[in-house]
Amino acid sequence: MSTTVLPAGLPAPAVEPLTKPYWEGTRQGKLVIQKCNGCGKHQWGPEWICHHCHSFDLGWAEVAPRGRIWSWQRPHHPVHGALTGHTPYTIVLVELPGADNVRMVGNLICAPDAKVEIGAEVEAVFEPHDGADPPYTLVQWRIVG
Amino acid sequence: MSERTLRGKVAIAGVGETIYYKHGQSPDAEFKLCLQAILAACKDAGIDPRDVDGFASYGGDRSEAVRLASALGCKELRFSNMFWGGGGGGVCGAVANAGAAVHAGMANCVIAFRSLAQGQFARYGRGNQPATVGGDDAFLAPYGLRSPAQRFAMKITRFMTDNGIRHEALRSIAMASYHHAQSNPNAVMQGRPLTVEKYEASRWIIEPFHRLFDCCQENDGAGAVLVVPADRAKDLPHKPVYLLGAAQGGHHRSNAPVHNAPDYASAHFKTVARNMWDMAKLGPKDCDVVQAYENFTGGVLLSLVEHGFVDPKTANEELVLENLLVGGTGRMPMNTSGGNLAECYMHGLEMVNEAVRQLRGTAINQVAGADVVAVLGGPMVTPVSSLVVGTEATL
Repeated sequence: MSTTVLPAGLPAPAVEPLTKPYWEGTRQGKLVIQKCNGCGKHQWGPEWICHHCHSFDLGWAEVAPRGRIWSWQRPHHPVHGALTGHTPYTIVLVELPGADNVRMVGNLICAPDAKVEIGAEVEAVFEPHDGADPPYTLVQWRIVG
Repeated sequence: MSERTLRGKVAIAGVGETIYYKHGQSPDAEFKLCLQAILAACKDAGIDPRDVDGFASYGGDRSEAVRLASALGCKELRFSNMFWGGGGGGVCGAVANAGAAVHAGMANCVIAFRSLAQGQFARYGRGNQPATVGGDDAFLAPYGLRSPAQRFAMKITRFMTDNGIRHEALRSIAMASYHHAQSNPNAVMQGRPLTVEKYEASRWIIEPFHRLFDCCQENDGAGAVLVVPADRAKDLPHKPVYLLGAAQGGHHRSNAPVHNAPDYASAHFKTVARNMWDMAKLGPKDCDVVQAYENFTGGVLLSLVEHGFVDPKTANEELVLENLLVGGTGRMPMNTSGGNLAECYMHGLEMVNEAVRQLRGTAINQVAGADVVAVLGGPMVTPVSSLVVGTEATL
């Protein structure tokens, strides 16, 4: 069984100053997202400003790696050469109730024909890409239970 | 203070378009196609192209205003304008920007246009393939989420699931465009009708709601309209087509990063449609024809709902083929020249041209006595735009 949901060859995430704490967190198996030091609200994806209170003093906080499926899709048409012969796969939009309901995008670890239910509880699975240069870890999701 | 509005202030005096080609099959360069469409619009309006003094476009069109003005020998350039955002979100915005410039006295005679020869550049459905991606894409592309269809699919899944809307509604949208294209000699899909069986047998692009025929083509061609002050339009050859209402933009945080828009399952027209109808002093029931941009049929559904044409509670009953056709029982004739799906994916500019033909009474699939036509620009991108045009009787 492959250790990654999708085959090698897809673009790797560039680690940028704005997003570095997130990628450092995933390497350690932690889900770390932006949290405003001014008003305490979580936000995702990373931004330079808190869109609630306009503070530039944005910190980072570890949040529970649990959520529920807000929506989903199952691409069949390969949109990248690396995906040819490796479709379909499932993409989920996951809402994090423990972090002001911000949403994250990832793959659902499931059979290609698995039924997907909006609202289903999911938990994060940290997927290391140790062979990449530099190495990085993606956050994937699986159904709880 | 007088009312600030474009209602009845400007008119479309000319429309032009090239032959429409399948992707990669244009014998002419993209810029040449653009010039052909502009010259056709000027000829249609009876205006010397040298008197054009402004250009407005969208979607990052490569045919730049200064290059066009120089190539055409325009006496002067007074207005050059690009609507931010991708795809056809800005099609109606470009027309409205042209109109705003004309009404404000910044220009007299402005072309709004789109030129596209994807075969000479990169395709939308695949894009370039870098080794690393930054910004929002860092949180999307590693999961195989890259194409426009994929960026929108989860909005559609959620909306249709929440509202119990069945895929047959999307099939009707696709079939209406193909039906109307069959009588249009410039439609790329003329001679290739779409049946229920053909639709249902087509391959999945994305489950659960995107089969092949729910997705637009990519095409080569160009389209242009010429916008002038309303009083000048009366002296030109064609019956003037007045801009009655136009709006652009997006709702609160519609482009929040990584699919975090608070109101996510949306085509982004909720505020735009309200502003457009307010300016037009009209509503969906006043429209005789609708041109609704199809990038994907799910986007058309959301667009129609957000403009008030369809109630999500009754969408399954309303979005049946008969209701969308010219003639017959068609209560909401839609995409009457074949639309993006079957006439040409000219990022909706071809729909503005068709709206004008309907109001002149010269459309191939003419809706009898059409006085008001709405054009709903590319949905689900942001910003989006839409407009409504009418005959003199609507002023």
